[in-house]
Amino acid sequence: MAVIYIDNRPYTVKDGQNLLQACLGLGFDVPYFCWHPALGSVGACRQCAVKQFKDEHDTRGKIVMSCMTPAADGVRISIDDPEVREFRASVIEWMMINHPHDCPVCDEGGECHLQDMTVMTGHVHREYNFPKRTFRNQNLGPLVNHEMNRCIHCYRCVRFYRQYAGGRDFDALAAHDHVYFGRSEDGVLENEFSGNLVEVCPTGVFTDKTLKRHYSRKWDLQTAPSICVHCGLGCNTIAGSRYGQLRRIRNRYNGEVNGYFLCDRGRYGYEFVTGDSRIEQPLARPERSAALERVARGEALQRAASFLRDRGRVIGIGSPRASLEANYALRRLVGPDRFYLGVSTEDYRMTAAALKILQAGPARSPSLKEVRMADAALVLGEDVTNTAPVLALALRQLVHPKADAAAKTFDLPSWSDAAIRELVQDEKESLFLATPAHTKLEDAACQTYHAAPDNLARLGFAVAHRIDPASPAVPDLAEEVDRLAEEIAAALVSAKRPLIVSGTGCCSEAMLQAAANVAWALCRRGNPALLSLVLPEANSIGLGLMGGGDLQSAFQALREERADTVVVLENDLYRRESAAAVDAALQLAKHVILIDHTRHAMAEKADLILPAATFAEESGTLVNSEGRAQRYYQVLLPKASVQPSWRWLGLLNEPASGTADEELFKLDGILADIAGELPQFRPILEIAPPSGFRMMGQKVPRQSPRSSGRTAIDAKENVSEPKPPEDPDSPLAFSMEGDEGLPPPALIPRFWAPGWNSDQAVNKFQAEIGGALRSGDPGKRLIEPQVGAQPDFFQTVPTVFEPHDGRLLLVPLYHIFGSEPLSALSRGIAELTSGRYVALHPADAAAQKIAEGDTVQLELDGISLELPVKIAASLPPGVAGLPSGLPGMEHVALPSWCTVTTILQTPPLAPPQNGEGVGGGVGAQS
Amino acid sequence: MLTPEEIRELEADLAHYPQKQSGCVDALKIVQRRRGWISDDTLREVAVYLEMTPEELDGVATFYPVIFRRQVGRHIIRICDSVSCWIMGYEKVYSALNGTLGIRLGETTADGRFTLLPSACLGVCEHAPALMIDDDLIADWNPGNVDGILSRYP
Amino acid sequence: MERPLTSNIKPGQPAPDLAEYERSGGYEAVRKALRELTPAQLTGIVKDSNLRGRGGAGFPTGSKWSFVPMGETALRPKYLVANADEMEPGAFKDRVLLEGDPHQLIEGMILAAYAIQAEAAYIFLREEYKQAERTLRKAVAETYQAGYLGKNILGSSYRLELYVHVSAGRYICGEESGLLNALEGKRAIPRSRPPFPQTSGLWGKGTIVNNVETLCNVPHIVRNGAEWFRKLSLTGDGGTKLYGASGKVKRPGLWELPMGTPIREILEEHAGGMRDGVRFRALLPGGASTDFLTEEHLDVRMDFSSVEKAGSRLGTGTMIILDDKTCPVGMVHNLELFFARESCGWCTPCREGLPWTEKILREIEAGRGRTSDLDRLALHARLLGPGRTFCALAPGAMEPLQSALKYFREDFERHIREKRCPWS
Ligand SMILES: Cc1cc2nc3c(=O)[nH]c(=O)nc-3n(C[C@H](O)[C@H](O)[C@H](O)COP(=O)(O)O)c2cc1C
Ligand code: SF4
Ligand code: FES
Repeated sequence: MAVIYIDNRPYTVKDGQNLLQACLGLGFDVPYFCWHPALGSVGACRQCAVKQFKDEHDTRGKIVMSCMTPAADGVRISIDDPEVREFRASVIEWMMINHPHDCPVCDEGGECHLQDMTVMTGHVHREYNFPKRTFRNQNLGPLVNHEMNRCIHCYRCVRFYRQYAGGRDFDALAAHDHVYFGRSEDGVLENEFSGNLVEVCPTGVFTDKTLKRHYSRKWDLQTAPSICVHCGLGCNTIAGSRYGQLRRIRNRYNGEVNGYFLCDRGRYGYEFVTGDSRIEQPLARPERSAALERVARGEALQRAASFLRDRGRVIGIGSPRASLEANYALRRLVGPDRFYLGVSTEDYRMTAAALKILQAGPARSPSLKEVRMADAALVLGEDVTNTAPVLALALRQLVHPKADAAAKTFDLPSWSDAAIRELVQDEKESLFLATPAHTKLEDAACQTYHAAPDNLARLGFAVAHRIDPASPAVPDLAEEVDRLAEEIAAALVSAKRPLIVSGTGCCSEAMLQAAANVAWALCRRGNPALLSLVLPEANSIGLGLMGGGDLQSAFQALREERADTVVVLENDLYRRESAAAVDAALQLAKHVILIDHTRHAMAEKADLILPAATFAEESGTLVNSEGRAQRYYQVLLPKASVQPSWRWLGLLNEPASGTADEELFKLDGILADIAGELPQFRPILEIAPPSGFRMMGQKVPRQSPRSSGRTAIDAKENVSEPKPPEDPDSPLAFSMEGDEGLPPPALIPRFWAPGWNSDQAVNKFQAEIGGALRSGDPGKRLIEPQVGAQPDFFQTVPTVFEPHDGRLLLVPLYHIFGSEPLSALSRGIAELTSGRYVALHPADAAAQKIAEGDTVQLELDGISLELPVKIAASLPPGVAGLPSGLPGMEHVALPSWCTVTTILQTPPLAPPQNGEGVGGGVGAQS
Repeated sequence: MLTPEEIRELEADLAHYPQKQSGCVDALKIVQRRRGWISDDTLREVAVYLEMTPEELDGVATFYPVIFRRQVGRHIIRICDSVSCWIMGYEKVYSALNGTLGIRLGETTADGRFTLLPSACLGVCEHAPALMIDDDLIADWNPGNVDGILSRYP
Repeated sequence: MERPLTSNIKPGQPAPDLAEYERSGGYEAVRKALRELTPAQLTGIVKDSNLRGRGGAGFPTGSKWSFVPMGETALRPKYLVANADEMEPGAFKDRVLLEGDPHQLIEGMILAAYAIQAEAAYIFLREEYKQAERTLRKAVAETYQAGYLGKNILGSSYRLELYVHVSAGRYICGEESGLLNALEGKRAIPRSRPPFPQTSGLWGKGTIVNNVETLCNVPHIVRNGAEWFRKLSLTGDGGTKLYGASGKVKRPGLWELPMGTPIREILEEHAGGMRDGVRFRALLPGGASTDFLTEEHLDVRMDFSSVEKAGSRLGTGTMIILDDKTCPVGMVHNLELFFARESCGWCTPCREGLPWTEKILREIEAGRGRTSDLDRLALHARLLGPGRTFCALAPGAMEPLQSALKYFREDFERHIREKRCPWS
């Protein structure tokens, strides 16, 4: 703790901060631009000037940049000194001399840090009367809009894009007042975190291009706390809607989870909510072979009731992309014995294995914050950039041991960003990547290893054995792999906070076991290792914790005629099992009820479709890969008969007698039931206050007090002011009425504070700048390790991978844009999605005289696919890659052996388009 | 494509630095000496060679004034416009060249022979006014003899 | 009078080659240092000599060296850089040393490198110094051949590689931390301090950046001792100094004189006074980024502290003379145009404030100025001052402006009043 004096008053602040952080943390309004809590200080903009005095007798003082000055004990400063106020106002004036003052037509207007800082400094009258400099803008692709004239040259964009996110196709160009931030020529920004530029840029240079198509000012949006549904990480988001349309997704700061940043899939994947594939009406077939027809809600319910009359013959198939509430409601409808998780046997096994490892073992599943603070990491088998993107971003921030040491030697504070980078130079963190093929994180890694899944697992086992000989030895280990294992083991052992990352990406249980052995071996030595296991979907862990059978056992129930009616919840079974298997099973069902929000192949098989709410139209709970249960809230009033799945299921559960379980129709009720019945979920009650919660007697408003209010847009239907909709499920109101104060963290609908209209207002919501939100970061962990446990090491080490005679092992490759089905329906993402392909190692391709661009026939397990070929040198020989889940790709259970035969040779193709790398990375520019 | 000669010279130069990228300004100069300027294609070729992205290399290329990212004439005339030369008759020098060549600063003659550029202090202030044509310094310049000097640069 | 720095330099003649240089006692200092002196002793001698940096800031050279981490734990390799960027308008002293006696610099560099136990040294040379580049490249080759560079220098275990690095322009490359970025092949943006280059410089390793003239003094100090060096000076700052004059004087040029030689002597005796038909008006004592001095300051001694007391800086010691037939507003405009163009674009006051300043001056000079412009200029002179910008470029740019506003206020006002430049 240090005592600093601000305008002659003493304040106690935490050690190790700079003055800017300290002042902001104390609630002072010190303007700034180039500093960012996640990016540190570089002292470029000169906006955060304060006056520093030597001691209490010093009256002259000198101007210093608060972001570059440690808040050391005894430091005396003035924020209010007239000279420094004048300087800060001048900095704004300088920035504005070339700024176009186009706020009325600028998408940033109303949430612009530059506007806020301009007001904060009190600069009002600008004397500059010369022509302004103008720049040409670039087309940066479908996600980010570029308007360089608004630039104030804070350099945050390059610092984020290049140094934080590892992007290399964007930089500062030219010098003096011609400095330009952009690409060498027009083109799609290649980095998968490019959307953060929208928030990182303090003004309107980078804005959300998807928002442009349905623009609304921040102050006119209904906003609510939400959770990203596009992978298993559960990044916190703020969803914003207006006039019944979801307009955009922004980051919602959660210090433990995503912090300040989202990936582009999460930010831009939202447009499926308003997409063409939405199911907005109940649909039913008059008879099995007839086409689907719209039916009224009442009729739909009646039909459902008739289908469900014989409860004993109904099974429910849940979904890892649906909320806990919906899955629970289905489980309750059909009974626990007839509830199935809706995942393939392999996924089922993998999730169960991951859960067991995390629950029975001593290694903790880290939050993303803990990942960012780790100082050595091994990633085993998982292409995190494409399966859990923000985890990849977190891994880029591993604490550099050298930075730590250097900072000590040179007495450099950790926020002194440029200085530390200079010291560290290009030396890599202790990040080791072992994946089947190239991944985009490799530029940040000190060692990479590409091999078949079994060999990757063997490397993991070898590392574990090196750390603790009680973990099984790996026979027949190649010498260089052994050396690598030794190096990895040494790095992990010497780390203070070692981290192992693995996941279900390779569908290899051995991989998970190897990762567990490494983490456990470290734990046994007293190194508290973290073990982060990537699961594919937004609620994979939640569903795993709930328990139930896999899809094959559901099919079996149909085959064995234990059931003849199926309720499918938010799930496209054709993405889970082969089309043949699904067809065969559904053939046996008399009735298939599908509850979902988005059309997919299952619609063809359903007799009744009930329109479900998307994440934006309902409130619910998801459990992320860490095991953190998080609440998301409705931000959008659904179209007429759309409602949350859990509410549909509640209605279906209503006994014919009519004594409805009233509470089951409200979120609070279903939460209470879940917690009551399934003790593993008890903490979900504490994630957020119940719907009855009030602040100062009022709800928390989704609309800002500055909302423009009523417009004439609905006047053609009704000229009277509509009553704001009720929300029985949460303490959030669909209006501007309510308390704008500091809501409990899980309920923060937007970051706004007087004078702080941009997302930087988050400062006012944090207990410590860049740290946790006041009253703690939201979410409750449902799984904790067994501290001190010494479970037996997994003993089964896979044998060396051997290419089969003439056959290739087909492994899945993931694409951030395309592998996840909902985001793939969004326009911007769809544009960046790769076409179908199969990736072959050059040697395997050459053996059959196959060239890039040829079309080949892939035969596996009774399935035959025709696909164009991409050559991927990073794949191990004998291994081929198939993109997972791309639109139009048939489901194939992987890994699997296949044969490849040429069917069409084509002249060489032009080089791949931007964003079209294999596996979202292979072949992409390094 | 970089020529073998260019590559040979690059390799010798890059040996002076612990990292390839550190030699990127030298690399640009080496290539520019042969090609006159750095076109987008040239930039990409050099970037590939240095394992840099075009953006990274362009960030450097556009920072430094003697790397030309636009086509220039066969000969570059740099007129010192800094203070001592300004005092000693920069205006006359400029007018003489402007009059003879018909181009202003930043422009290239229609025949592609000369590009006229301003230069920061050439460091020969005791011999002001001064200019440089290509690698030749012309100091104490009395603009009387414009054609004579220019005729040395066909 | 001893002129150690320029004794080998003969106008109009090629620079001495290695043999000639050795005949005049060259590389004796290197022999002496490698045989007799520990790095710490060498640094001690330089400290005792009161040699202050000739790059403009006058930082004591010996103490600068002493900040470099020594011994086993120091990060390696360490680097020495000779700052031969010399882009300060009005400065040309380093060029004369580079073209006239390259071995003197190389010897100084070997000594400095030895003192900090550097493994590699760079001469960071500005692009336009073609003659100097040729001379240096030849000299470096000779030096390698003679075994003063490379492995086992003179049979000692010390080794040093020396490279000539030719820049690609930009004044900011002369700023030592910007120079380091330029050498690393990056945009020449200055770096924040701490850490100082001495501890974390080139590629994050301990690095000394010294001006060419500074380094050229070192062989003489080592050869003749610290006391000898101190005594060369008329004041407390040791040694001789290269002084120059440009502008409308009779004999523009460069002279090596005892540190502390009065301005009047340089101007009248060495530069021969003003040309016929013009009268002295003012001068910038040490390049474009120093404050104007006027008639009243002619007896000021040209050393670091005296010039500072007079309200300016010694800077490079190369004076730019303003005469009465040259418009002071035009001159200041010319200076600010230079600085605005040369800003690196990193920090706001410099990037935006300098072009604005330049535009105002252009308007005043063109007769389109307003009285309020003078307030704006004064404001910028204050707000772009030391501490407010990221590096010293913009504060340097403000020195001639602020002093011009002080000494030539009437000229500015006349431009505005008469709506034209009275000199045109
Ligand atoms: C904008 C700017 C430009 C500079 N240019 C030069 C230069 O061209 N040559 C030089 O020796 N020092 C220059 N300096 C000073 C250097 O930063 C540094 O102080 C000097 O090289 C140190 O050498 P010394 O200690 O031997 O004087 C410049 C400083 C600034 C702020
Ligand atoms: S004062 Fe600022 S913008 Fe100017 S050169 Fe220095 S760092 Fe760059
Ligand atoms: S925020 Fe401190 S200088 Fe930019």
